[in-house]
Amino acid sequence: MPKIKIDPEKCKGCGLCVLYCQKGCIKQSKLLNKKGAYPVEIIEKDGCTGCSFCAIICPDLCITVYK
Amino acid sequence: MDKIFEKPESIRDKETHYCPGCGHGIVHRVICEVVDDLGIREKLIGIAPVGCAVIAYDYWDFDVTEAAHGRVPAVATGIKRSLPDRIVFGYQGDGDLGAIGTAEIIHAANRGENITIIFVNNTVYGMTGGQMAPTTLIKQKTATTPSGREQKTHGFPLKVCELLSVLPGVAYAERVSVHNPQNVLKAKKAIKKAFENQIKGLGFSIVEVLSPCPTYLGLSSKDAVKWVGEELVKEYPLGVFR
Repeated sequence: MPKIKIDPEKCKGCGLCVLYCQKGCIKQSKLLNKKGAYPVEIIEKDGCTGCSFCAIICPDLCITVYK
Repeated sequence: MDKIFEKPESIRDKETHYCPGCGHGIVHRVICEVVDDLGIREKLIGIAPVGCAVIAYDYWDFDVTEAAHGRVPAVATGIKRSLPDRIVFGYQGDGDLGAIGTAEIIHAANRGENITIIFVNNTVYGMTGGQMAPTTLIKQKTATTPSGREQKTHGFPLKVCELLSVLPGVAYAERVSVHNPQNVLKAKKAIKKAFENQIKGLGFSIVEVLSPCPTYLGLSSKDAVKWVGEELVKEYPLGVFR
C-alpha cells in the first residue's frame, strides 16, 4: 500500500500538495508548528496511490513517498 | 516498502529561507535530482546569483561560488575555460539575468560558451522588496509600478529565450514552468538536457523556468501557481526555442 510521510516541522504550510493531491489525502492542520506555520497532515491513509505529485511540487522537501 | 521519492543526495538537509510556496525550492531540488541522475556531483561547479537565491550554496551539497550581480555567465566562462573538465552551471533570477546582467548573458551566449544557465523567471525582484523586473507583465502591480506596468513608461516584458534563440552560439534554449507536478517533471527533463549538452560539448544551454513568487505577486501559494499557469504562460509560451 503506497504511503507518504510528512515532516511537519519542515513544512511552511504553502498547501501546494493539498492542491495537487488527486485523492484528497492531505489537508492543512489547525495546529501551528514551531515555525509558526500550519503544516499539512495526512487525512486519508488508504486513498494514496503513490503518484508522488505532492512530493514533486513540495518546495521544501517535506514529503517522502513509499510504495 | 521502497522509497520512491526522497530528498536527492546532493541537496543538504537544511531548511531554506524561501517564502512558503516559492518556486526556488522546487528548482533547487530538480537541479540536484538531475545532478544525482547524471552522477556529475564531484565535478560540478555551480554559481549562485544575487537575488533571493543568493545563498543557494547553503542548500546545495557540491561546489558553488558566488558572482556579483548579473555576472554569473562571466564567472562561469572563466571557470569553464580554466577547468574545462568540470561541469559549470549558473543559476540566475530575472533581475540578475534580465536587467543588470543582460550584457553578460548575451555575450556568453553569443560566444557559445559551453556552460549551462538556469534562469528563474518570477517577474519581480524578490530579495529587494518586489520591485518591477524587466520580465514583469504589462499591467502587473509591483512595488515600483503601483498602478501596473505601462508599456509607454516601462517598455515591454523581456523575452529572454526568444532573444537568445537567434544567436548562433546557443545550442539549446527552452522555457519550462514549475506551476504543477507535470510541468516540474518537464522542467527536470529540460534541465537534464541542458547538462547533457554541456557534457557533450555542444555549447551554450539555457533553461528558463517560470516560477511563482506568492509574496510579491500578493497572492496565496495556490493562486500564485494558478496565475503562473494561466497568465504568465500566455506572455511567456513554454517550449523549445532552439
